[in-house]
Amino acid sequence: MTVLRLAMRNVLGAGLKTWLNVAVLSLAFVVIVWVQGFYDGVNQQALDAIIDIEYAGGQFWHEEYDKFDPLTLEQSHGKITPDIQKMIDDGNAFPILTTLGAIYPQGRMISVMIKGVQTDQDIIPLPSHVLENGDSGVIPALIGTRMAEAGEIEQGDFITMRWRDANGTFDATDVKIVEIMNTIAPSIDAGQIWIPIEKLREAMQMPDEATVITVRKGYEVKAGEFGAFYFMLPEKLLEDMIKIIEGRDVFWLIMYSLLSGLGLLAIFDTQILAVFRRRKEMGMLMALGMTRREIIGTFTLEGFIQGVFSVIVAFIWGSPLCYWTLKTGFRFGNIKEGGGFAIPTVVYPDYHPTLVFTTIFVLLFFITLVSFWPARRIVKLKPTDALRGRWS
Amino acid sequence: MENSKLIRTENLMKKFPVGKGFFTALRDINLEFDKGEFTGLVGPSGSGKTTLLNIIGALDDPSDGEAYVMNSEVSQLNHGDAAELRNQHLGFIFQTYNLLPVYNVFENVEFPLLLLRLPSKQRRQMVMDALEWVGLTDKVKSKPANLSGGERQRVAIARAMVKKPKIVLADEPTANLDAKNSHNVLKMMVDLNRELKSTFIFATHDEKVIRYLRRKITLEDGKVVEDIAMTSTELNGGSLS
Repeated sequence: MTVLRLAMRNVLGAGLKTWLNVAVLSLAFVVIVWVQGFYDGVNQQALDAIIDIEYAGGQFWHEEYDKFDPLTLEQSHGKITPDIQKMIDDGNAFPILTTLGAIYPQGRMISVMIKGVQTDQDIIPLPSHVLENGDSGVIPALIGTRMAEAGEIEQGDFITMRWRDANGTFDATDVKIVEIMNTIAPSIDAGQIWIPIEKLREAMQMPDEATVITVRKGYEVKAGEFGAFYFMLPEKLLEDMIKIIEGRDVFWLIMYSLLSGLGLLAIFDTQILAVFRRRKEMGMLMALGMTRREIIGTFTLEGFIQGVFSVIVAFIWGSPLCYWTLKTGFRFGNIKEGGGFAIPTVVYPDYHPTLVFTTIFVLLFFITLVSFWPARRIVKLKPTDALRGRWS
Repeated sequence: MENSKLIRTENLMKKFPVGKGFFTALRDINLEFDKGEFTGLVGPSGSGKTTLLNIIGALDDPSDGEAYVMNSEVSQLNHGDAAELRNQHLGFIFQTYNLLPVYNVFENVEFPLLLLRLPSKQRRQMVMDALEWVGLTDKVKSKPANLSGGERQRVAIARAMVKKPKIVLADEPTANLDAKNSHNVLKMMVDLNRELKSTFIFATHDEKVIRYLRRKITLEDGKVVEDIAMTSTELNGGSLS
């Protein structure tokens, strides 16, 4: 109790020095929580965006289909079974047929993934309806801004598109870019060209076939005859992405540790210097009859109390800031590439209680430690040396 | 050890390592101090005054020999026991005052009583008594930075005396004070010595202090060269109140 009283008296008695320390510490608290909150927010929104834009309520995949292996595309297509067709007819699903091909904008060859989509689908926010009104004889095509930039393609351009049909025969035709869509998801944009599914089926000689069938969000797929297709819920479809995020988490953890380490180093320097500078005072405390344990306790508690003050101060000014960014988000401008992830134009942070409490715990522990350690070293000095402010 | 002998040293030696050798700060010191003494350790710089004071105050260990303080052999005390001895029975007055800068006058004087875990009411009374002895009751809320050198040393004296210790060790207490303040501070300590019967031991080479001593122990090169009783004309001060 005496130690607590003395520590509190020392902290309050130090006045401006204490509050400067508290201000710096509270800044570290808020910045770490704020930055980490944004990072978690970006990840969560990327997952949500992929569900909204690509996976909806889940997908049927052809058994040969491997999203990350384009060479499987030649085999990964099959006839849609009546059970799946019923879902499509009821408006609860739509098919996509995918094949590899090439386009030749301005004489250059660019390898692309040609995707045939049901033009009247409204399950994902792909503006496939623009493919319904193509000029007669010319296949309408839809691309994203990333694809347009890569191929220097503009809306209204006619481009030669080449593919291999079901028999392995090369064929080619001109397509007209009827729209360039702006999407945050590279997975439906980069290296892809969308055309009506019927045109692609005809070109590929694959009537009634598909590679993937996307199901409406909220629609419950019941057991049925799905042939060469199998159904996966969004959580399953996101597994690979979550793994990638977890991989990035390790990287981020290293970065987070380095950044926090730099912040903590500043606290370490300040606190260590503050305590070492007070070794003469410690010598005097020894002379007055304080035990080693009491001196260590007092100085350690001082650090801890400053940490608690900084948590309170951080809460006072950090909460409105975090609440404000939670409401308004943070605008990232025109950033499109996020390592294959969808980067929302406005990112909303995600402040987990775990994040806040972990940060509080780590910083409080560290502040206490950097107060304890020098105090422990100094009280090992002979009182006479401490009084003179020198080392033994 | 006789009860009246608060402090006794036997063949006390203290050596400090210097380079590859040693500097002998104290050699064969055999001294005894009674209750209520007002004694000075006198000598030039480097004669061993402060070293002897530090050993008596359990702030340092002897290299050889024994130092008994309040029936405890200093070199045998562990850190906790040494702290307990200082806490219960010793008061220190330093040349540079060593006040806690973040505490006000009241809190500085109260500090040793907090370590004794005395109740709040008793602490307040004792602090006010001590501040009255040194004439600083009007400076209760002042911080050390706002006090003059003389006032700071009076606060340091009040802090040393507030728990009415058996032994007060003062290391060059007037070195940073002018003649007038030195006289006031010494007069105050004489009064406290008379009133509280505490034993005062000074380390000093200040002539002004020497005039107040009842016993003068002269040290040279770590040895006692003279130990005499003084007949001082300065020791006729009044009572504390």
